[in-house]
This record gives sequence, C-alpha cells and structure tokens, in this order.
Amino acid sequence: MKAAVLAVFLVPIAVAAEIPPAERRSGYDFMSRETRAMQDDEVTGPAVLSLLDGEALWGKLGCASCHGDAKASMRGVATRYPKVMDGKLVNLEQQVRHKAPQLAYESRDLLSLTAYVARQSKGMPIDVQPVQPQLDAGKAFFFRRQGQLDLACSQCHDDNWGKKLAGNSIPQAHPTGYPIYRLEWQNMGSLARRFRNCLTGIRAQQYAPGAPELVELELYLMWRARGMKLESPAVRP
Amino acid sequence: MARVVVNVPAEAKKGEVIEIRTLAGHPMETGFRRTQLGELIPRDIIRTLVCTYNGVEIFRADLHPAIAANPLITFNTVATESGTLEFRWTGDNGYSATQSATIKVV
Repeated sequence: MKAAVLAVFLVPIAVAAEIPPAERRSGYDFMSRETRAMQDDEVTGPAVLSLLDGEALWGKLGCASCHGDAKASMRGVATRYPKVMDGKLVNLEQQVRHKAPQLAYESRDLLSLTAYVARQSKGMPIDVQPVQPQLDAGKAFFFRRQGQLDLACSQCHDDNWGKKLAGNSIPQAHPTGYPIYRLEWQNMGSLARRFRNCLTGIRAQQYAPGAPELVELELYLMWRARGMKLESPAVRP
Repeated sequence: MARVVVNVPAEAKKGEVIEIRTLAGHPMETGFRRTQLGELIPRDIIRTLVCTYNGVEIFRADLHPAIAANPLITFNTVATESGTLEFRWTGDNGYSATQSATIKVV
C-alpha cells in the first residue's frame, strides 16, 4: 500500500525533463487548419497590416538612413536576439527602441516596427548565443515553481505539452513567431505580453515592461528553440 | 491609419469565377464592453463594405458588433471584362477607406 502511494508521487517528478530536439514542435503544429491558413496568407493575413505599418515607420523614423533597405540589412537579425549590446542583454524590441525610445513597450508602432524587422528573418533558424549568467537565470525561472498555484513553466510546457488545458492545446513554448497576431487579443502582441498571460494564469508576480527577468527567460526559450525556423509575425489562437 | 488590403487576381479568363479577398485594419469595438472603471466604451465598427466592378455594384456587406477586429471578407465573382474594382468601407465616427484593383480579362 505504502509503495503504491509513493509511486503516485514519484511519477510526475520522473517525467520532468527537457524536450529532445527531434520532438520539438512549433506552436503552429498545434493550431487548427483555419488558423494555420491565416498565418500562411501573406497578402491578406491579419499580421500583414502590422508589416505595412512597420515598413512605413522604417522610412518615417529614419531607420533607413543608417540601415538602408531592411530586406537586406535586417535579414537574419531577429534570429540572434536576445543578445548583449553595450554590455546589456536586450531583446529585439529593446534593440529596435535604441534610437526611438519614444516608442512605448507594447505600443502599436513598436510592435509593427519589430514585426517588420523580424519578418526579414522568416524561415531562418534561431541562432542565439548562450550568454551567461543570463541563460542560467532564465532556465532557473522556467523551472521555478511560483505564484499562488505554485506552478513552474516546465510543468505545462515540458511535461504536459500536447494535452489540453481548458480546451486549448498546451504548446511547447518555443518563441518562434514573435511578435504574434493573437486571435484572443484581436491584435499584435509581444512575447512579454504572452509571459504576462501565463503569469496571470498561475497567479504569480508580474514584471515591469522590459524587466531583465523576462529578457533572461526569453533568452532561455530561444536557446531551447535554437535551430527551429522563425515564423515572425506568426498567428496564434 | 485606415489601412486596407485587397487581393484580386491580376489576370483571369472570361467567364472564370475569381476569388477576391479584402482586409481592413479596424478595432471593431462592439459598444458592449466597459473600462475597468465601469464606463461603457462607445461602439466603433465598420458598417458597410461595397465593391463595384467597372461602376456596377457586385457585392455589399453590412457589418455588425461581434465581428472580429481587422475583418477579412472574401467573396467570388465572375470575370466579365477588363477594368477596375473599387472597394469602399464606411463606418462609425466618420470612418471611410477606399482601395481599387485592376483586372485583365483575356
């Protein structure tokens, strides 16, 4: 009897492990056929509006005066973020803001410009550097139980991916398509916004926009998804 | 701000059924939602989309609350002659957007 009870408690601990590279799947693979069609539509898909805004901003804000044609100069750039710039780990949004700090986090303009930059790397493999100690800090965040529900990111996204949570598929949490057009939001949003969603779900402490903790977590997730193809800007349910 | 996109085949055979896709950037605020302070957010939606083919109306849609933001409207028509398709969206708060596309019928 005692052994049976012990076995029940041991099982969840035994499966806690990282996803083997061959079993990694993008959130795209968990979506319905209709939602995939929205992402695949490069002419009238919902993220197209944001790309057009981003292209206009690229010219209007003077990005082109240093970087020239984004289609050439920004190719592959998004695959390498977060990375260390001037001694600080920054994600793509923060780097896009470096000469345009008036663009607020989560604002329509910043999301559009980031989506436009990220679009130039679509289909290229994620290629971030394992910056220490930030990578370990992000990994510790991912495996740390937190919030009133006392859950770690890994308990859903490593141990239970592919199962259902409130009717929705649990994806593997590979940030392959940010910024995304999310149907639930009816709008574009960043990975930081997605983190806020999960943190709300487990009733955990929220972080300020651009907080280093979230950038470290982003670095770990991108490292975890290294080699997977970028889909930005993706559509998610 | 009023960004719209249409997708019409550049060329079609006479009598062929063609698909037309339209996308309009719009929040489609329903008028039923409230702010955190309890104030009603006023309705702000697109009311109509009208498409004319060489001046003749071929498609009209009335939009209502609860249609998603950035509505994608797709419809079919028969390619009869070369010319221009004009699209006009109108809505609350003086919203108006137009777009046109040309088609060559062979």
